[in-house]
Formats: sequence, C-alpha cells, structure tokens
Amino acid sequence: MTPATKIGLSIAIATGLYAISYGALGVAAGLNVLQVSVLSLLMFTGGSQFAFIGVIAGGGTPGAAFGAATLLGIRNAVYGMQIKSMLRPRGLTKVLAAHVTIDESVATASGQSDPAEQKLGFWVAGLGIYVFWNIFTLIGALLGDALGDPKAWGLDGAAVAAFLGLLWPRLKSAEPIAIASVCALATILVIPLVPPGIPILVAAVLSGVWGFFGKGPATEGLEPDIEPKPSDRGKP
Amino acid sequence: MSELWLWIVLGCLAAYAIKMLGFLVPEKVLENEKVTRAAGALTIGLLASLTTVNAVASGTEVVFDARIGALVAAAIALILRAPFLVVVIVGAGAAALLRWMGWG
Repeated sequence: MTPATKIGLSIAIATGLYAISYGALGVAAGLNVLQVSVLSLLMFTGGSQFAFIGVIAGGGTPGAAFGAATLLGIRNAVYGMQIKSMLRPRGLTKVLAAHVTIDESVATASGQSDPAEQKLGFWVAGLGIYVFWNIFTLIGALLGDALGDPKAWGLDGAAVAAFLGLLWPRLKSAEPIAIASVCALATILVIPLVPPGIPILVAAVLSGVWGFFGKGPATEGLEPDIEPKPSDRGKP
Repeated sequence: MSELWLWIVLGCLAAYAIKMLGFLVPEKVLENEKVTRAAGALTIGLLASLTTVNAVASGTEVVFDARIGALVAAAIALILRAPFLVVVIVGAGAAALLRWMGWG
C-alpha cells in the first residue's frame, strides 16, 4: 500500500464510523430510515446532512433545513476547483469525482505532493468514505429506530456534541473563534424573534459577509473534520 | 410526495450541483480570495449557529436544560482530543445523566 492509500483508508473508516451518530440523530429528528439513507447516498456531504436534520430537530421547516444544508455545502465548490486543477478528471470520471468531493477526500489529496499519490488519495478516501458512510448511516438509523424515546438516551445532547465536534477543528486562530462567537451570540438574540430554522440563516449571512470583506487567510474554515494525519489532530 | 421528501430531493440536487460547479466554472472565479474566504467563514458561522440552536433553542424560546451539560461535556472531550464519535457519545451521556438526575 502506498502512503496515500493508507491515509485514505484510515480516514474512510474513521469518517464512516461517525455516520452512526448521523443515522441515529436523523431518525430521532423525525426522518424515516429511508430518508436518512437517501441523504447519505445522494447529498453525501456530512456537515450539510447534520445541518438538515439539525434544523428539522429544532422544529424548523424542511425548506429552512434545505437552506442551511445548501449553504453549508458551498465550500464544496471551492474543493471542486482544487480537485479539478489537481487531477484534471474528464467525462464520467468527472461526474463521479464531483460526488465524492468532500472535506476529507480533498484534504487527503492535498496532503500529498506526488500527482499519482494525490489521485490515489482522493479516490481511496472519497470512495472509501462513500461505502463506509452509507453502511454506518443505515446501522445508525436502525439503532435510532430501535432506541425509542430519543431524549431519554440524550440524543438531543449528542446532536449538540456533534455540531461542536464539526466546528472544533476549524477554530485554530483568533478570527475563526471571533466569527463563531459572534454567530452564536447573534443566534441566541434572534431565536425569540424569528421562526425556527431562520436564526441559522441569519448567522450564515453574517459570517459570509464577514468572510468576504475580512482580511484573514483564505483557507480558514476549509479544514477537514478528520485530518489526513491523525497524529496532528488538534495541533495549531 | 410529502413536503419533507421534496426538500430532501432538492437538497441532494443542490449539493451535487454545487460540487459540480467547482469543476465547471473558470478557475479565476473561485480562486478569488474573497470568495474562498466567504465560503470558509460561512462554514464556521453555520456550524457555530447550529451548535447554539441545538443547545438552547426550544421552538422560539431560549431555554437552558440538560443540553447545556452536553455542550460542556463535549467541549471537555474535545479539549482532551477525543475522537469525534467519543465526543458524540459523551454529549449523549451527559444529557441522559442530567435528565435522569431530574434536571432539564
């Protein structure tokens, strides 16, 4: 196995495993097993999937859930551009490459310097995560279905922990911490004023404008949830 | 088809369209630093807001219940560099424990 294959596989297993929590939370939010699975098969971008079920769980409308999920997926366009210039995929390969263009596959490819390894890293991580993510989504959804009362099991607390876990690796310097703090505060302030689901979109506008006119490094917020080199996790 | 199904399908289509967009638009558009930075900041802002809503919102009210315990427990787990799945389980455990003890 080449280094990129090894890294890709370890990321595929680690990332795939946390689809258990996505599946269980999705069912707790009120989606059925099929709906939870369809999101993993076709939306296939973890943050957006968590956003979708998170808005529904909070009493938001499906339209607001769509809005939050779609906005959270915008960074994938930036990733698509990076993979395009790295791998130059054509035809059907490009159609498939786009589907598995997510935080972790892009990070695995970017972590390699040899073009052949970049390609291998992208495909092993991308396809590997796709397989494991969908298997563990189904397991999680069936588990969630069997659990019964989600609150007694603390599944609403699990959702809070999941979102904090997704945010955490992105808080590496002062500016991301400032953006996160201001958006959290703004969310609390507008919760009583607007329908459920909308506070998230208010924070989206606020942070988008902040980023557009800000002066920080261009890659802030574009870190993978699980980094290519697990030993480096959490280091600044 | 229910309204929920409709938005699920639209969400899946939008997610794929956005991914493909990166492969189709001229590189100069997305290489623009402002656009990249906005996409990154948006990711941070959305995740911070989603964390907050799931921790304190109950409909259109702000309430402090067992979920705050989950937030604190998860933060401690993250500081101790626990893997993602452990963080999620710690969050669930904290909320379940506090509720069992009769709070929130």
